[in-house]
Amino acid sequence: MTGTGRLVRLILRRDRVLLPLWVVPLALIPALYVSSFEALFPTDAERIGYARVSAGNAGFVALYGPLHGTGLGELVAWRGGFIPVLVALFSALTVIRHTRTDEEAGRTELIGAAAVSRHAGLFAALLVAFGANAVLALIQAPAMISQGLPVTGSVLMALEFALAGCMFAAVAAVCAQLAGGARSARSLALVALGIAYVLRLAGDVSDIGDGATGWLSWLSPIGWVQHMFPYGADVWWPIVPAVGLGAVLVGTAAFLAAHRDVGAGVLPDRPGPAVAAPGLRSPLALAWRLHRGMLIGWVTGFALLGLVFGAVAQSVADLVGDSPELADVFARLGGASGAVDSYLAGVTGILGLIAAAYAVQALLRVRDEEGAGSAELVLTTGASRLRWLAAHLVFAFLGPVLALAVSGAVAGLVHGLASGDVGGEVTVVLGGVLAQVPAVWVLAAVAVGLFGLLPRFAPVAWGAVAACLLVLLVGAALQLSQWVLDLSPFTHIPHLPGGHATATPFVVLTLIAVVVGAAGLAGFRRRDVPTT
Amino acid sequence: MTEAISVAGLTKSFGRTRALNGLDLHVRTGEVHGFLGPNGAGKTTTIRILLGLMRADGGSASLLGGDPWADATALHKRLAYVPGDVTLWPNLSGGEVIDLLGRLRGGLDPRRRDELLTRFELDPRKKGRTYSKGNRQKVALVAALASDVELLILDEPTSGLDPLMEEVFRDVIRDERRNDRTVLLSSHILSEVEALCDRITIIREGRTVETGTLVDLRHLTRTSIEAELIGPVDGLATLPGVHDLRTEAGRVHFDVDADALDPALRKLVGVGVRSLVSQPPTLEELFLRQYREPAR
Repeated sequence: MTGTGRLVRLILRRDRVLLPLWVVPLALIPALYVSSFEALFPTDAERIGYARVSAGNAGFVALYGPLHGTGLGELVAWRGGFIPVLVALFSALTVIRHTRTDEEAGRTELIGAAAVSRHAGLFAALLVAFGANAVLALIQAPAMISQGLPVTGSVLMALEFALAGCMFAAVAAVCAQLAGGARSARSLALVALGIAYVLRLAGDVSDIGDGATGWLSWLSPIGWVQHMFPYGADVWWPIVPAVGLGAVLVGTAAFLAAHRDVGAGVLPDRPGPAVAAPGLRSPLALAWRLHRGMLIGWVTGFALLGLVFGAVAQSVADLVGDSPELADVFARLGGASGAVDSYLAGVTGILGLIAAAYAVQALLRVRDEEGAGSAELVLTTGASRLRWLAAHLVFAFLGPVLALAVSGAVAGLVHGLASGDVGGEVTVVLGGVLAQVPAVWVLAAVAVGLFGLLPRFAPVAWGAVAACLLVLLVGAALQLSQWVLDLSPFTHIPHLPGGHATATPFVVLTLIAVVVGAAGLAGFRRRDVPTT
Repeated sequence: MTEAISVAGLTKSFGRTRALNGLDLHVRTGEVHGFLGPNGAGKTTTIRILLGLMRADGGSASLLGGDPWADATALHKRLAYVPGDVTLWPNLSGGEVIDLLGRLRGGLDPRRRDELLTRFELDPRKKGRTYSKGNRQKVALVAALASDVELLILDEPTSGLDPLMEEVFRDVIRDERRNDRTVLLSSHILSEVEALCDRITIIREGRTVETGTLVDLRHLTRTSIEAELIGPVDGLATLPGVHDLRTEAGRVHFDVDADALDPALRKLVGVGVRSLVSQPPTLEELFLRQYREPAR
């Protein structure tokens, strides 16, 4: 373990801004929920009514997890059910950033040649991720207790968040060994998290219906920690499988790390063609090669999400069919005409944000190309800067549209088959997801603008996506001011299907995207390459 | 004689750092021109300005008769560039990169491509992420050398090559000279520049300090003389252009400027010479002398 301590300090020095940026807000959001729920539902009766409705709302259960109680603490713990997924995401990214990304950049070699043990880098990254989760728990539990909630439940809920983070830090450690590079390691970890989330979602939604596939939740590490039910049943035993899985994964990562070379993955590299295919002769053809894997991955993911969301839609319909008062509640919520429409409108908002994450990831590739130096290779041939950038923009702007269309078509098809109106549902759902496109483009354009005008701050585009996600997930619950909500382009998209749509927001958002994107293109034509 | 590259008074700053400070560079068409300077002297910045990747703050630059910034795309079809630190796309094979870059430049000679692959012993089927630094450089070199272009701009192209491959590189560049291609070769490997270049430009701290043929530049520097004499010699120490004179038991050692060589030798011959060793100035000496002196 020689050198692990030094490496931990090095990571903390490099991430002294980044770590607090996610640890502190994610730790404090649940405490903010407490006061906001107290304000929203001042009487017990109102709160219990809300809890009853929510517990049976498939859209809510899909997003936040199951709800088995009506107490304030239980409601807060349930509503914060999406946060462990974010904790897991940031923990995984932290581990990959300090293992595989460093290795790709050659920093691991620099350190590996110094007097540090073989596993020091891996363990240092894991220690930092575990430590960050411990700090998160240590902030969160007292914050909840200070809001007047029971100590036991507060500790359990803090553990729920931290365990989710630690498990996926360990998942990321394994992915970092399996993949051949940082990008594919990140994709593997994200796919693992996505599968865990979708399994939990499918199992929980099934549980509020007939329960036939309820066991799916138990295949998901996210499902384990969400079944701890803090402030309610206070289930402690999921800690055992969570810690067990973490230990097994860390052991696996260490074993794999010892059995591969620096720079190589466990999954083997196949030789490529000696001569390029005749079509590989333009920046667009190159961009296709560079974006192909990402596009296929995201479209597949969106198809799966469409499948799950579409399948759940029918159970929402069944639920409402059983209960006229629920139908009434849904009709009042957000002005949507029906329960299913309200659910689908909520789901399309989530899909839009995920598509925005894809758009930003695809766009920031150009910054990676510039930083690595491979952009120079192309830009010093007959390809102009505009042609080079435009080739990448094709994928960053149209890739998410394709992904959204696929998810909408699949969801509409699955839901239509169940409800007996395939043509109608496909049109309605497809329309709803495609309505998100202008907002997705605004975020993509923000990334283009930053890349062209303030290249050093290009990664801030991720911050914009995260901010929109927070507005969507916690904006209403925290009763944020309307102007804060209005900052997210997604706020301006009408709730479709069901809501009232006018052309204005679509036209305005598209115009904003065009103007910001054009400013970025103009900036890129004029600036130095590379700008560090 | 036409100039493929002419740069005058070029300046460029990055924030507060002044990277180029009135740099001049003139490369004649058809010559191999050595571009020398220590790390951080501004070689890569100059090349990036010539390639239209960066814009100069001041001064003038012309490349193949055009403006490197405004006419970048048109000019790029007539040149090929090998960066000092080659990054390839991890999922493209070397062969694919060579073909892609050649096609983007407007043409690639397939026979030359195969010949170069053999000479550099490069496997084109490996993926970008699996090549070593030297092999990545070879990929970029083959792509550049097999392209049908007038001008090659090579930025420290041999920094990752082993001595055998460096010899191959020298042979290939000699071929290029015979084919009348213009080459700008940035380097700090002096033996390479000495072996290949018709003319050289030495820069330091963003400024040109010397330029000319190797013969011209040798003229600027000192020859080392070691002689065994029959009698004592007078007046050598006071002769202008004689430096570091040491006398011991009938032997003299000194360095002498090129224009003082003739009078100094006459003095020696005047007293009688028993043996004489003269060492011509190497590029290395020239280089070290330029760098050791404080900046002008």
